[in-house]
Amino acid sequence: MEPLDVDLEEGEIELPAEPMHLNMGPAHPAMHGTVRIVLELSGETIVKGDVQVGYLHRGFEKMCERGTWAQVFPYVDRLNYVSPMLNNVGYALAVEKMCGIVVPERCQWYRMALGELARISDHLTCTGAIAMELGAFTPFLWYVKAREMVWDILEEETGARLTHSFGRIGGMAHPPTPAFKDLCRTALPQILAIVEEGERMLVKNRIFLDRLENVGPISGADATAMGWTGPCLRASGVAYDVRKAHPYLKYDEVDFEVPVGTRGDTLDRFLVRLGEIRQSKRIIEQAVERMADDGPVDCDDPRVVLPPKDDVYTTIEATIQHFKLVMEGAKVPKGECYSYTEAGNGELGYYLVSDGTGTPYRVRIRPPCFQITGGLSRLIEGRMLSDIVPTFGSLNMIGGECDH
Amino acid sequence: MSQLVLDKLRARFGASVLETHSDFGDDTAVVSPDVWRAVGEFLRRDPALDFDLPVDLCGVDYPDREPRMEVVLHLYSVSRRHRVRVKARVGDAEMDGAELDSLVSIWPGLNWLEREVFDMSGVRFRGHPDLRRILMYPEFEGHPLQKTYPAQRTQPLVPYRTEEEAGLPLEKQAPFGPDEGMPFGRRPLPPPRAEDG
Repeated sequence: MEPLDVDLEEGEIELPAEPMHLNMGPAHPAMHGTVRIVLELSGETIVKGDVQVGYLHRGFEKMCERGTWAQVFPYVDRLNYVSPMLNNVGYALAVEKMCGIVVPERCQWYRMALGELARISDHLTCTGAIAMELGAFTPFLWYVKAREMVWDILEEETGARLTHSFGRIGGMAHPPTPAFKDLCRTALPQILAIVEEGERMLVKNRIFLDRLENVGPISGADATAMGWTGPCLRASGVAYDVRKAHPYLKYDEVDFEVPVGTRGDTLDRFLVRLGEIRQSKRIIEQAVERMADDGPVDCDDPRVVLPPKDDVYTTIEATIQHFKLVMEGAKVPKGECYSYTEAGNGELGYYLVSDGTGTPYRVRIRPPCFQITGGLSRLIEGRMLSDIVPTFGSLNMIGGECDH
Repeated sequence: MSQLVLDKLRARFGASVLETHSDFGDDTAVVSPDVWRAVGEFLRRDPALDFDLPVDLCGVDYPDREPRMEVVLHLYSVSRRHRVRVKARVGDAEMDGAELDSLVSIWPGLNWLEREVFDMSGVRFRGHPDLRRILMYPEFEGHPLQKTYPAQRTQPLVPYRTEEEAGLPLEKQAPFGPDEGMPFGRRPLPPPRAEDG
């Protein structure tokens, strides 16, 4: 109520208007651990949002310059910890590109199948987390149950649930287990059934749709100029998928589609991810079908691949080779190269500089999340505070990758 | 890969393109730092090139060379499906003169990447709208991805703000300062928009 004795004709009343600052994160439950957004609010509308990252910075690139090329594998596991296999394979392909190595066909199919399993787990985590943060806890639990099935397969294959460190330069740590194909064939229909059940719960739910539809839209041209890749870019209608545009491994021989959105809003990003789970299932089925039951997995290049253990213990040549590979590391030819693969969130690139020794001169990772998170502030400015949660969730920012 | 991009760059910029190579199939051009922005404009605007996706920007340090810091830009064209790597070398042994023009106005996605290169490698970008550290904290000393930065080096602790500095009793201090990490916090608010009434 205004006091009655103020003469309104003389001029407008100047109320002191100070922006309200709100600190969201880095310990906010919806901030996925490690992001802080400093918000300037006018009422509940966001005037400015300053996204700050770096809370999970661990000096990945500096650490890589201290060990051998092969010792980078455990580090890349910990970049994107929901789909470490894709990072492993991406790094292995980058080093193999520099060494001029092509791994045997069986290994290529194996890498594809494992990578797509990791992609399913990545998308399940992201889509489930969006639902959970909007209050729909049940689909999240179902999706985590489905993710557990993926991880069971990966555990059977690699021995570890999360940080596999399974990639090797010129091959994989182990050949596929005899049960691998059956495990995939059994688990995939079950996973897809869970995905569809959760999808039915969510995409016909008015409340859920209202929170996602037309929230945080971005046009294809804007998303491209921001450097976005992956599902977030495809949701805006740009059908750029490294697997289709520049096929690596055997992606040119399998039959799959690239789901593309139209409006580029949060709902599209959500639906594109669900669509990709189905495509990944198709790819795994074809890969498992075409992968040979026996044959070599590692290439036979003694410059990079460890000799068989039996030989190491019985012959001097293999002992020396093993010793040199472990102590000095595989020598990677001098030069620089950029290699890129499609990870769960988009183009995962490695820019490697070698000075010809067993230690990387420079390992630069191009994490897809970094630029996607860089575009967050323009998505939320001018919108309501509560829109941050679904918008941020749909970008699937992974702290380890974004903060290097 | 096609040589088209490198040919066009050489034709347009002549001697400012210092060297080119296509090792491992990656087309690479090293350009002089003073044409950095012009090269960016050209790569973005030329319809036959149309590099619309800024892929990556990073710094590679060669302390034995002069200039020592190599800034590497990777670009991709979604419509043409080709890539290029453009590099510029800046900075002397003490990192003096390690400056480049900012390309944020051409590709907004380079905003965070240029901040990261500044933070990690110590290259300054002229005309960047908001050049501050991104992965490290403001009090961090040095640039960790320079080869001269020892990997084991520890950083001094950042002291707490005192009551005098904050101008408030300790229990009334906000958990973050009004302009902490926010260069816009110091400026007055923009005028209210029409629909706010």
